[in-house]
Amino acid sequence: ISINGLAQVKHVVLVLSGKGGVGKSTITTELALALVHAGKKVGILDVDLCGPSIPRMLSVGKPEVHQCDAGWVPVYADPQQKLAIMSIGFLLEDSDEAVIWRGPKKTALIGQFVSDVAWGELDILLVDTPPGTSDEHLAVLENLRKHRVDGAVLVTTPQAVSTGDVRREITFCKKTAVKILGIVENMSGFVCPHCSECSNVFSKGGGEELAKLTGSVFLGSVPLDPLLTATLEEGRDFLQAFPESSTYTAISQIVNTVLSSLDA
Amino acid sequence: MADVPNDAPEHCPGTSSDQAGKSSACQGCPNQNICASGAAKAPDPAIEEIRQKLTSVKHKILVLSGKGGVGKSTFSAHLSHALASDDSKEIALLDVDICGPSIPKIMGLEGEQVHQSGSGWSPVYVEDNLAVMSIGFLLSSPDDAVIWRGPKKNGMIKQFLRDVDWGEVDYLIVDTPPGTSDEHLSIVQYLSGAGIDGAVIITTPQEVSLQDVRKEIRFCKKVKIPVIGVIENMSGFVCPKCKNTSQIFPPTTGGAQRMCEELNLPLLGRVPLDPRIGRSCDEGRSFLTEVPDSPAAVAYQNIIFPFFCSLKTLHLVYFSLFIYTDVISH
Repeated sequence: ISINGLAQVKHVVLVLSGKGGVGKSTITTELALALVHAGKKVGILDVDLCGPSIPRMLSVGKPEVHQCDAGWVPVYADPQQKLAIMSIGFLLEDSDEAVIWRGPKKTALIGQFVSDVAWGELDILLVDTPPGTSDEHLAVLENLRKHRVDGAVLVTTPQAVSTGDVRREITFCKKTAVKILGIVENMSGFVCPHCSECSNVFSKGGGEELAKLTGSVFLGSVPLDPLLTATLEEGRDFLQAFPESSTYTAISQIVNTVLSSLDA
Repeated sequence: MADVPNDAPEHCPGTSSDQAGKSSACQGCPNQNICASGAAKAPDPAIEEIRQKLTSVKHKILVLSGKGGVGKSTFSAHLSHALASDDSKEIALLDVDICGPSIPKIMGLEGEQVHQSGSGWSPVYVEDNLAVMSIGFLLSSPDDAVIWRGPKKNGMIKQFLRDVDWGEVDYLIVDTPPGTSDEHLSIVQYLSGAGIDGAVIITTPQEVSLQDVRKEIRFCKKVKIPVIGVIENMSGFVCPKCKNTSQIFPPTTGGAQRMCEELNLPLLGRVPLDPRIGRSCDEGRSFLTEVPDSPAAVAYQNIIFPFFCSLKTLHLVYFSLFIYTDVISH
């Protein structure tokens, strides 16, 4: 039996960054939720094996992963089964247990996640990645070779230490022929909830400059929003909780741009 | 932690296991004879070479986190600057983040190159007594990507430890990428002869960060690295206008303090968010000298001062007094 887990998946989008802690998992989660609200069937493949953040952000705790004839059944974040997830977080007995694996073992599991999960019919599969340009990234691309990769969303924070790493990720995309759908500048300014003064905690504008420098689409800026961090901590849906916020507007804009580039 | 080769069968016990080459899973494996003969279990000769090379290095400290973007490189760089402010000390900073080397930028050394001499690679000196090594110095362009799998990264780390002419060093600080993978295993493996004094763990207050950091702490226990303590970075932001504090990364599960209580580890301190830190890092300058009176700089000094008492050497007492006097005089 040839199992092709992605046979009914229309679009695949990677969420990348050379830099850690810029908000890849956050952006992946919010993109997924926005797409579900827009009526799409979405999957999230979390290939950060050492630090899987997606399960907590979507409040899916510790469910068991079952096998069916078509492979592993993904975990659904919602009863309507609009949002399917696979993460190593679901496979660990003890959530504090460290996954201390060298490259080959990581590569093998990622291969299984891509090919042996019964994703079913999906409009879009988002792939959340760890920082860097190493085994996980190569494993994902190699296993997706049989299936189209529509492109990658690159996430950065504004400061140079971050864009410096993301430049290298852009080179990775060019070398591996992954289309760059655009760059998101995350943590872009903090508006004080007490006095509304905007502070550029992690500098400002670096993501937009990087997009210009590299000829990439600038998808937009997402502000530093304690409400966003808090809802992610609790695994709640930020977009449903705070639809009036500027963060919501920023995310919606990014989603619309990404969707247009997929349909184009 | 046993090594499993690429071509190993499904239940490979690992090349360094007692069952290597002998278990039923080994039947038909191309490496079976090598494993059964015990050759695969022989320790890498580089470990002894590194042990000898690093006899001139008094203390080796790792800066770790399970989580990315919490401030490992920022702390590593500023710890190095603080230690090097004592002219009598020789400090070395080794950046083993192969894919995302931040240290050259933060130390103001972008564009520097590494030179080869008879005694090995020369590190780049930012001060007379502060030497730095990073893969960043081996890349010719800021756009160069290091697209390497584990084994090649491991090889680079081996070279950094064995082939760099560090000289006499009081403190070797090792900055790491996030995670618990090749780089971390290699650093531990290659320093297994030379020894590691301990690790400083960096986190931010929120659970999404702590859940990764707990894994890193487990890693340290597994590989027997003493945890010197935990630093909670980005701990609150004071608005420069109204002076109210916001918890941008909220400690919804009690922050580093509760985690340290649960795991019986020292909380070395908390450092607030300060836009000037990011700016200094981007400009390659030490914020300890740029804005020494800032709450963040004071927090760093308060962490570093008792930190060195815990390493228990006579020199530290004198150095601590130096830092203490420095803080008072500001």
